[in-house]
Amino acid sequence: MHNLDAIVAEAKALFASIADPDALEQAKARFLGKSGQITERLKGLAKLAQEEKKSAGAAINRAKALVEAALTERREAIREAELAARLAEEALDVTLPGRGEAQGGLHPVTRTLERIESLFRSIGFTVADGPEIETDFYNFTALNTPEDHPARSMHDTFYLLDEQGQVAENVLLRTHTSPIQARFMKAHVERYRHLDVLPEIRIIAPGRVYRVDSDATHSPMFHQVEGLWVGEDVSFADLKGVIADFLKCFFESDDLEVRFRPSFFPFTEPSAEIDVAFMSGTLKGRWLEIAGCGMVHPNVLTHAGIDPERYTGFAFGFGPDRLTMLRYGVNDLRLFFEGDLRFLRQFV
Amino acid sequence: MKFSESWLRTFVNPALSSGELSHLLTMAGLEVEAQDPVAPAFDGVVVAKVLSVTKHPDADRLNVCQVEVGNAGDGALRQIVCGAPNVAAGLIVPCALPGATLPGGFKIRLAKVRGVESAGMLCSAKELGIAEEADGLLVLSADAPVGENLRHALDLDDQLFTLKLTPNRADCLSLTGIAREVAALTGSPARFPAIAPAPVNSAASRFVALDAPAACPRYCGRVIEGVNARAATPQWLRQRLERSGLRSISALVDVTNYVLLELGQPLHAFDNAKLSPSSPIRARLAKPGETLTLLNEQTVELAADVLVIADDRAALAMAGIMGGAASGVTLDSTEIFLESAFFAPKTIAGRARRYNFSSDASHRYERGVDFANCLNALERATTLILEICGGAAGPVTESVAELPARPPVRLRVARTQKVLGVPLTAPQIADLLRRLALPFVEEDTAFWVTPPSYRFDLEIEADLIEEVARLHGYDQIPAAAVEGRLTLLTQGEDQRPLCKVRQQMADRGFQEVINFAFVPEAWETDFAANHAPIRLANPIASQLAVMRSGLIGGLVEAIATNLKRQQSRVRLFEQGRCFLREKTPGNASLTAGYQQPVRLAALAYGAADPEGWGHDGRKVDFFDLKGDLEALLAPAELTFARVHHPALHPGRAASVHLAGKGIGVIGELHPQWAQKYDLPAPPVLFEITLEAAAQSRLPAYTEVSRFQSAIRDRAFVVDRELPLQTVLAAMKKCAPARVSSIELFDLYQGKGVPAGKKSLAFRIVMQDTERTLLDVEIDAIVAEITAYLEQTLAAQLRA
Repeated sequence: MHNLDAIVAEAKALFASIADPDALEQAKARFLGKSGQITERLKGLAKLAQEEKKSAGAAINRAKALVEAALTERREAIREAELAARLAEEALDVTLPGRGEAQGGLHPVTRTLERIESLFRSIGFTVADGPEIETDFYNFTALNTPEDHPARSMHDTFYLLDEQGQVAENVLLRTHTSPIQARFMKAHVERYRHLDVLPEIRIIAPGRVYRVDSDATHSPMFHQVEGLWVGEDVSFADLKGVIADFLKCFFESDDLEVRFRPSFFPFTEPSAEIDVAFMSGTLKGRWLEIAGCGMVHPNVLTHAGIDPERYTGFAFGFGPDRLTMLRYGVNDLRLFFEGDLRFLRQFV
Repeated sequence: MKFSESWLRTFVNPALSSGELSHLLTMAGLEVEAQDPVAPAFDGVVVAKVLSVTKHPDADRLNVCQVEVGNAGDGALRQIVCGAPNVAAGLIVPCALPGATLPGGFKIRLAKVRGVESAGMLCSAKELGIAEEADGLLVLSADAPVGENLRHALDLDDQLFTLKLTPNRADCLSLTGIAREVAALTGSPARFPAIAPAPVNSAASRFVALDAPAACPRYCGRVIEGVNARAATPQWLRQRLERSGLRSISALVDVTNYVLLELGQPLHAFDNAKLSPSSPIRARLAKPGETLTLLNEQTVELAADVLVIADDRAALAMAGIMGGAASGVTLDSTEIFLESAFFAPKTIAGRARRYNFSSDASHRYERGVDFANCLNALERATTLILEICGGAAGPVTESVAELPARPPVRLRVARTQKVLGVPLTAPQIADLLRRLALPFVEEDTAFWVTPPSYRFDLEIEADLIEEVARLHGYDQIPAAAVEGRLTLLTQGEDQRPLCKVRQQMADRGFQEVINFAFVPEAWETDFAANHAPIRLANPIASQLAVMRSGLIGGLVEAIATNLKRQQSRVRLFEQGRCFLREKTPGNASLTAGYQQPVRLAALAYGAADPEGWGHDGRKVDFFDLKGDLEALLAPAELTFARVHHPALHPGRAASVHLAGKGIGVIGELHPQWAQKYDLPAPPVLFEITLEAAAQSRLPAYTEVSRFQSAIRDRAFVVDRELPLQTVLAAMKKCAPARVSSIELFDLYQGKGVPAGKKSLAFRIVMQDTERTLLDVEIDAIVAEITAYLEQTLAAQLRA
């Protein structure tokens, strides 16, 4: 019996000394193979007497189980060691940058326009659009600004040449987004002619506009957002409410003051200029002009076929370029139109 | 409109600081654009008289002066060293005494200048901060009181106000107008000195004929004889002019300008000796071909709708706009004809702008001048001229036709409340109207308001509502909480909002840019072969002179700019309107004659992948960008066809079609443009209509098969020139419904494939929703496709 213990001890010692799986299988043969030591012992049982067979067989099988267990344990250990080695080998520098397309970005003014659209959408405004080469009629006349009205000199208008090289009659680059008001109202009236009550008009109209002006604070092309709300009971107090609300939401701050002061636009009466002042930051306490607004002039409503006695409305026009500058602290308008990635990438 | 506060306060003097006054005006709609002190802070400077000047013993350019400073200091004479070139005995000049602080904190002390004691400093206007430049001492008028503090003597504690007036407030283009407004806003009484008729001491006169009475309904004039045009303009008048931004020219011109500022009435002085003797003065429309050389030396051809002032020989002046050079007063004039007229705003409006100039007179006339004040202004100017230039005034000749009507305008209390959203009561409104000095009659719940002759902006009820709101105070109107009837806003599911399209471009690595819509003409020629672009009549610069018909130029330039700034991989997109002439009349363009499609363009340059450790640095190519475009429009299937496009490489350009309709182009920039526009290699780009990008698809369900699909790979050898799209289209055409997809998985040309041929390997996937396909069925489908390709495209199945 001592012999069997010695075999088990030898097997354990041998297995423990082996790190290679193939060598381990060869070592297994020495004990459990066809002519392995344990196998030989089992073969030897046949020569034993019946009563001896039982106890000797049990002892050999116990020894075999111990050898097999040692083998399994060693196999497991070798596999684990191999896995650990492979995993160690496969380790990455997880701080290397990720692969694939980098994120692009929207233009900062687009970002602002989208925010404005979504804020007004939340109170039921839809987005309207209009042409940039506009007729004199919609840009001026329909907005109560007849030919030779002094207000026309407030707009330095770009005109076009026709194919003969003459100044094209009746067309221009729109100087504001207000013509969209006029176009929309007219279409709205057409569309709902059959109804007794004209459904409310609530639109905003963002777009590019053009004026002959170019310096650090003026670009010959810039953006405006026109807003219009016409209904049976829309007042100047409503205008103030909507604008004040909008500005607080746009700047995500209650830390600002809004003031309305009388102004003049041919297409609104009463008219107001909207100033905003921040209570903190670099512009603290300065009144900044950011929009024009007013109650839609009765002549403009009449032009569109809306009864000004029954319906009233307000209109406003914001400068989203200016709003973008204030929101993100940009100090030069020209940066918006230079396509410099070092600038634009800051808004990704 | 620029004026000095102290002048304003001679008419109305409310108990407000300069800052408060400024705020009041701004909040009443007369925006104070600038408020500047006449002089910066300084003290210790007095009026002094130079008694003697002797050369400094040790310095050529310095003088030693004995200066009298009156009661200032101890009253003794001062010895002051002075380097000014114009110093001379007898001059009255500013003197900073020891202890004085000049602008910038500069302190004056007793000092020795090159060994000679100097007890103060004689000052130039520049040293006192009241002028930008000076070439010597500021010489004060001879009657300036010696010893008086200079700030008092020159009224330097005054403030200069610059108003940015809106076109409707012509009534505030004068000191009296602003004073009237301040009185209404503050309740302080305005005091306007009564204007007495000037004594008539001459019989000289001219008849006035209104030949165009609608254009000129009132004209007053008079002859003044024996004037001294060389008389000096008094300091007080000069100062008021200068503080209003007007240069002093000569006494006669200064007086007309002064009255213009004071009363808002433009005046014109003709040299009476240069007018046709005994001819009447006529206000008539210009004759065909008539020309006139104006005071600004410009000779203009007068259009038929231009009103002129003429004698019986020729036009003398563009009425209400500018006088003629030939008939104007000069320093030699001795008799003048002084005009004070009312010209209808419509007659003047836009005329000066048409000739590319403006004048103080036209600015006022086109907005509206008080037609009830012409005579007053004429008398006021006459009195001043007689005072300053002497002479004898003739009787006033006045011709009047039909003046503007001022019918009463109804202002309803209820309407006011509705429009403003404020419950203003009738007594409140009445009080506001009274403060504005607007005459009214109250009738039930309305007021009938008669607009005064100086207001041209009160024509309808809304105008009066604005006046009420303005005086009540816009800041007194509450900001109402938003209320409205709610309706859901719909958005068709087969349309994508534009913000999604833009976001998708950004998500694929493109940065949005916004370029000007006006571009260099070369871009139109090069990138669009457009030789007749839409030109601007008045571009701001020659390189911004035509409207773009496409977006490519702007993006190419943006790349070049960024490459110069050391960016090596650039991916940009732009969305914007393009402008083309409408060739087919009757098209429903919003602006007849012009198509204005909104397009989306993208451009990629440099490495296909972001530069970094994990990429092979392959350059972006046609197919990279095509992948971006296909992803942008997915799930729609696009088709492509080789195309010639002026901007693109002829072999690497395709038109893009969606549902059979052309939506744009994609390709590599033509190498000649890459070279011309400073790009080391050509970028790839696409341009499509935004409308196409905004389309989407309403999903529709089809049954998902529970049975295994069968896959067969087959390669076909075809002509190298045969587009894949043709092969795919043929396969799809002949494939039965059980074929669920056919994809190209390999393209091979080279060894084993004959020259001029290419091998296209396809994976054909087949499936049935009812059962698993049998091998014979699968083989039959593949054989059918093979046979079709062999027949129609001379394709050969590759072993």
